[in-house]
Amino acid sequence: MDEEYDNVPVRDELREGNVRIPSGCAVFGCLSRSGRRMSASGAVDAMTYMHDRSNGLGGGFAGYGIYPDFPDCYAFHVFYDNEHAREETESFLKARFDISGMERIPTRKVYGIRGAPLVWRYFGVLRPEIAAHTPLDEEEYVCRSVIHINTKIKGAYVFSSGKNMGVFKGVGYPEDVGEYYRLGDYSGYCWTAHGRYPTNTPGWWGGAHPFNILNYTVVHNGEISSYDANRRFIEMYGYKCTLQTDTEVITYIIDYLHRRRGLTLPDVAKVIAPPFWSQIERMETSERERYTLLRNMYASLLVTGPFSIILGYSGGMMALNDRLKLRGMVAAEKNDVTYVASEECAVRAVCPEPDRIWYPAGGEPVIVELTEGNGK
Amino acid sequence: MNETYIMPDYEIVRNAERCVRCMACVRLCANGAHIFDEKRGVLTADDSKCVNCHYCVANCPTKAIKIVRSDHCFKPSANYTEDVIKDIYRQADTGGVLLSSMGTTKSYPVYWDKMLVNASQVTNPPIDPLREPMEIRTFLGKKPETVKYRADGRLEAETHPNLMLKTPIMFSAMSYGSISKNAHIALARAAEELGTFYNTGEGGLHEDLYQYGANTIVQVASGRFGVHPAYLNAGAAIEIKMGQGAKPGIGGHLPGSKIGEDVSRTRMIPKGTDAISPAPHHDIYSIEDLRQLVFGLKEATDYKKPVIVKIAAVHNIAAIASGIARSGADIIAIDGFRGGTGAAPTRIRDNVGIPIELALAAVDTRLRDEGIRGRVGLVAGGSVRSSADVVKAIALGADAVYIATPALLAMGCHLCRSCHGGKCNWGIATQSPELVARLDPDVARERLVNLVTAWSREIMEMMGGMGINSIEALRGNRLMLRGIGLTQKELDVLGIRHAGE
Ligand code: SF4
Ligand code: SF4
Repeated sequence: MDEEYDNVPVRDELREGNVRIPSGCAVFGCLSRSGRRMSASGAVDAMTYMHDRSNGLGGGFAGYGIYPDFPDCYAFHVFYDNEHAREETESFLKARFDISGMERIPTRKVYGIRGAPLVWRYFGVLRPEIAAHTPLDEEEYVCRSVIHINTKIKGAYVFSSGKNMGVFKGVGYPEDVGEYYRLGDYSGYCWTAHGRYPTNTPGWWGGAHPFNILNYTVVHNGEISSYDANRRFIEMYGYKCTLQTDTEVITYIIDYLHRRRGLTLPDVAKVIAPPFWSQIERMETSERERYTLLRNMYASLLVTGPFSIILGYSGGMMALNDRLKLRGMVAAEKNDVTYVASEECAVRAVCPEPDRIWYPAGGEPVIVELTEGNGK
Repeated sequence: MNETYIMPDYEIVRNAERCVRCMACVRLCANGAHIFDEKRGVLTADDSKCVNCHYCVANCPTKAIKIVRSDHCFKPSANYTEDVIKDIYRQADTGGVLLSSMGTTKSYPVYWDKMLVNASQVTNPPIDPLREPMEIRTFLGKKPETVKYRADGRLEAETHPNLMLKTPIMFSAMSYGSISKNAHIALARAAEELGTFYNTGEGGLHEDLYQYGANTIVQVASGRFGVHPAYLNAGAAIEIKMGQGAKPGIGGHLPGSKIGEDVSRTRMIPKGTDAISPAPHHDIYSIEDLRQLVFGLKEATDYKKPVIVKIAAVHNIAAIASGIARSGADIIAIDGFRGGTGAAPTRIRDNVGIPIELALAAVDTRLRDEGIRGRVGLVAGGSVRSSADVVKAIALGADAVYIATPALLAMGCHLCRSCHGGKCNWGIATQSPELVARLDPDVARERLVNLVTAWSREIMEMMGGMGINSIEALRGNRLMLRGIGLTQKELDVLGIRHAGE
């Protein structure tokens, strides 16, 4: 941790959600199309090479396929400021979910990690009597339960709520955060990672990336200038941007378009980073109609300003740059694994001789998924 | 304007050394302010007739004329000011309602000037519009909410008629009658060239202008002047005028002196009669009635054209707009109280309604709170004076703006505020053929195109500075605005923070 921030207490009013904190960052992602479970240490190593893109105020990882013993359970990872928050949250969860496992997430002491909250995890399925009675579909119900805990229970924050996946994040350099959570003990078919460089002093654990909702995780590098246009639109549809971060709003946009509106991911990418009108005009009729419709319909979900994001979801990963490519992002392939990262050095750190390496154009998504038949 | 007890406001000052006695001013001034006294052989002037329109100043070959504010004065008072006193004299003279033209002259707060725009530094790069694409194309209308995939992978959504604007600036309603045919031709041609729209106002559409229909918004006002099926189908959109910012709560007023042969035919009313449109639409006494008219017009045009409902910014604007958004209208146009007019009762112009900035912010917030912002396009007008005002309007939540006074100024108007007299020396707010002939529609078109092009460039520059390269990312992006010198209540209504926050 940089000394300049030592002894700078994180005042409550400076937490994410009370102020808007722009930040620059490093991102990394890898996915094995054959569903091979890879150790998290690769992702941790890759982040180490991009150390200078973070400033020790946030790092995190998301792994998919990491809980094969509980494949059908929601895995809730929760930060607690105190025991009281834990008791309240646990009674809330137990009233709604059949909990088949709960524990403190194993951690180890690491120099450079401070201010750690209590970190717990729970595995559970929605109680059948609740599923039968709620007018909401199951995912929406879970989603709202998470939002309830995060906004109504003081001192509790659910930072991961998907199935057979999990987020591990905190304040510190990403490699230290990986060490802290003993990530070497986990393996999954997909990992995404984030190192944070917020241009402000606070560092709250919940504010680190990846940002998660259900199975979606987003890591993001950049500062979007469309933030308030996006936020004010998405808040019309029941979302509440409590953290005031770019990543949060981007995650909600994806959740809205992909899960709730049923758009395919390539179309989601074209809403967020659409082709220019001049390009649309040159397209053949059916394409032109498609992109004109999407652009017009979801005009307020267009995201401008520099960004590179990696979306993790059940069975796949999508990387996307803003349409001017104002943030670096490289993609590479070796055998069954696809890599994406802010910098090429991060890929080469874990895969020195890729079969193919390329720089995806702005607005062109890189989407990789498990090949048919490979378990999630 | 010979009024008892009132000294003229302006003095015509002629530089005798420069004057070559060409008599141009005598011939040109429609108000007859310049006089050649044949008996005495002197060139003189009647200051009381001068409206300070600068036409003689601009056309004097030796630049010998200037118009100055008279220094004749009343005893100063901060309460009974000169304006107050003169208005009382005028009403004592005539017993009439005071009439004025153009927007209010009172010093109400201009919120545009109390908002500052953001720019990117370091954490987010500004974008250079000379080097990168910068998109200001705007679609106005209802947006579909849901979309389905067909079996062949194509998208299917219910579609609504939208207007496509190449720049988010439109010319707002000015009727044929209140302004001249040449002015209308200039607006129509400019709209066509710019890829935007002009608005017929409530006076119908002259048959020579049907050719510009693709860039025309046809208005239906309470007087229904010039409204017939061919008219409704001639334009790209139909606007129902419920109110006007400069005179909320009352209808239009065109003096009989402005109603000659052509205007009478276009409006479908007798020559020389005053055209006074009623305050309400007599078929709209409630929101359900409005809904019927919206759908009536849609029926008449085969659901092919978006329907705009234009309302004056009044106190309860947010709730009214929310009702309109549910009435089937595709676009809501809000007109702020500082907006212009061809003729309005002075007291109404100066005292009724609220500023567009506050109205716009309140409406956009309300529609979003109710989750129905996507159901309508939002157009703001009523004193949008520069590209900076446009940027701020869009950041507050407008899709596009309406401009009228800047368009008149571009055509030569000098804001003499005498439009209701019908003797506009610049050939704009007049129907007198000699005066109308002074306005060359193609020169005026070019000046309009120049103005909007310049504004569009400036909008792109400011967007680039904010790191935004598409206008949709500016729309409703209130974080890009900061208030300066505003109270907390004003900031709350505008939904912005104070500078430094
Ligand atoms: S009314 Fe206009 S043209 Fe006539 S004298 Fe005054 S400024 Fe000159
Ligand atoms: S349009 Fe003509 S009459 Fe009206 S303010 Fe402008 S110059 Fe004066």
